[in-house]
Amino acid sequence: MIDKNISSCAEAVADIKDGDTVMIGGFGEAGSPIELIHALIDQGAKNLTVINNNTGSGRVGLAALIENEQVAKMICSYPRTANSLVFPELYRNNKIELELVPQGTLAERIRAGGAGVPAFYTKTSVGTPLAKGKEIRNFEGEDYVMERGLKADFALIKAKRADRYGNLIFNKTARNFAPIMAMAATNTLVQVNQTVSLGEIDPEHVVTPGIFVNRIIEVTNPQQESQLVKSGVVYPPMRTKVGE
Amino acid sequence: MNQLADNTNKTNVEQQLGWNREQMAQRCAQDIEDGSYVNLGIGIPEKVAQYVPEGREVIYHTENGLLGMGNTPNDDELDVDLINAGKKPVTAIPGASYFHHGDSFAMIRGNHIDVCVLGAMQVSAQGDLANWSTGAVDAIPAVGGAMDLVAGVKTIYIITQHTTKSGDAKILPECTFPLTGKGVVSRIYSNLAVIDITAKGLLLTELAPGVTFDYVQSRTAVELINTL
Repeated sequence: MIDKNISSCAEAVADIKDGDTVMIGGFGEAGSPIELIHALIDQGAKNLTVINNNTGSGRVGLAALIENEQVAKMICSYPRTANSLVFPELYRNNKIELELVPQGTLAERIRAGGAGVPAFYTKTSVGTPLAKGKEIRNFEGEDYVMERGLKADFALIKAKRADRYGNLIFNKTARNFAPIMAMAATNTLVQVNQTVSLGEIDPEHVVTPGIFVNRIIEVTNPQQESQLVKSGVVYPPMRTKVGE
Repeated sequence: MNQLADNTNKTNVEQQLGWNREQMAQRCAQDIEDGSYVNLGIGIPEKVAQYVPEGREVIYHTENGLLGMGNTPNDDELDVDLINAGKKPVTAIPGASYFHHGDSFAMIRGNHIDVCVLGAMQVSAQGDLANWSTGAVDAIPAVGGAMDLVAGVKTIYIITQHTTKSGDAKILPECTFPLTGKGVVSRIYSNLAVIDITAKGLLLTELAPGVTFDYVQSRTAVELINTL
């Protein structure tokens, strides 16, 4: 029998190891799997390479994971946003590495990784500093830069609904990177608002087929990053100041 | 100190000449054709949506995964899972669709989006665009989707003040800031004029009210061709 449901976020993230590469879904707070990220903070794996479009906000979720010094390197397109406190401080002090990738190239690298494509050529970034040191090749009179596919040991994502096979549907623009990250990671962990019986999701409506999903954790009322930031919440609650 | 204060005054006057921010957006909106798929950058470009002439049906794309972006929601419609690329709450129009980032950027990189309107720090005579970084060493570099948009969208329009806040030209022989893309800009809507970037050179096609060609030329570091 196939049942990908797991009872807790702690159990889901238990085997993430020091040095692993972890993709984390979300564009800003939309789609950010806060409960899974907090479980990873409790678990404590260090020296991680994290792939996300941003670097979190306030001192919860992804920002808290970075503040907890578990992240050695970020691969992202836009590392500063409103309320982004933690990453800029660590970056200026050379305590975290940054690989800056154009957003569409980041998405395509993840999709390529998930589809077994080790590299591809794109026009994006040709003639800019982000193409420096990369192979340029001319096709039909135009220059393209070679970019590598991205894979990960784990993906942490959030979805609206799942069945026990791992078929997923998402909520509005919270979908963003989740479906492609699910494809690119060896182990895809999904926190979902609701688990449903097989057949309750119309096969025509499945967005991510269950083959790309490994573990499902039901989190019926997920916390919202913006609410936590507004209320000044810090995770874990004992920490005092950025950088300490 | 006095020198600095004088400069600031001069600048304020200069940036108040011609079209204001709303009028630049309004002027650009006249050129968005019926049936276009359009991506609008953050800031003044976002305002273009308010001014597209009545009777034209335009579909707005936001790269975080929505085609058919609608207006800003009322408080009772707010949904943290429904935002635009600037991470601001939006609505979805009837007929909208959601998709993941891979598909969203395939729309951009695969030449499916008709028009993108962006801001600029600098534009070169060849249509090179710099709008993501000043190259300052202490800055946190951040690029987002700008390089994908200029590389993949069919037509790139720029809305910008004609000069910087300190009165320096933004339209230059070569950009001095790191590039977003090479040879990508089609047209510039500044507070002073509309300028087309062509193989023949920079064609000034329209002047803002009360502005002369000579004045625009004096604020541009590249020779302009007057088509008026």
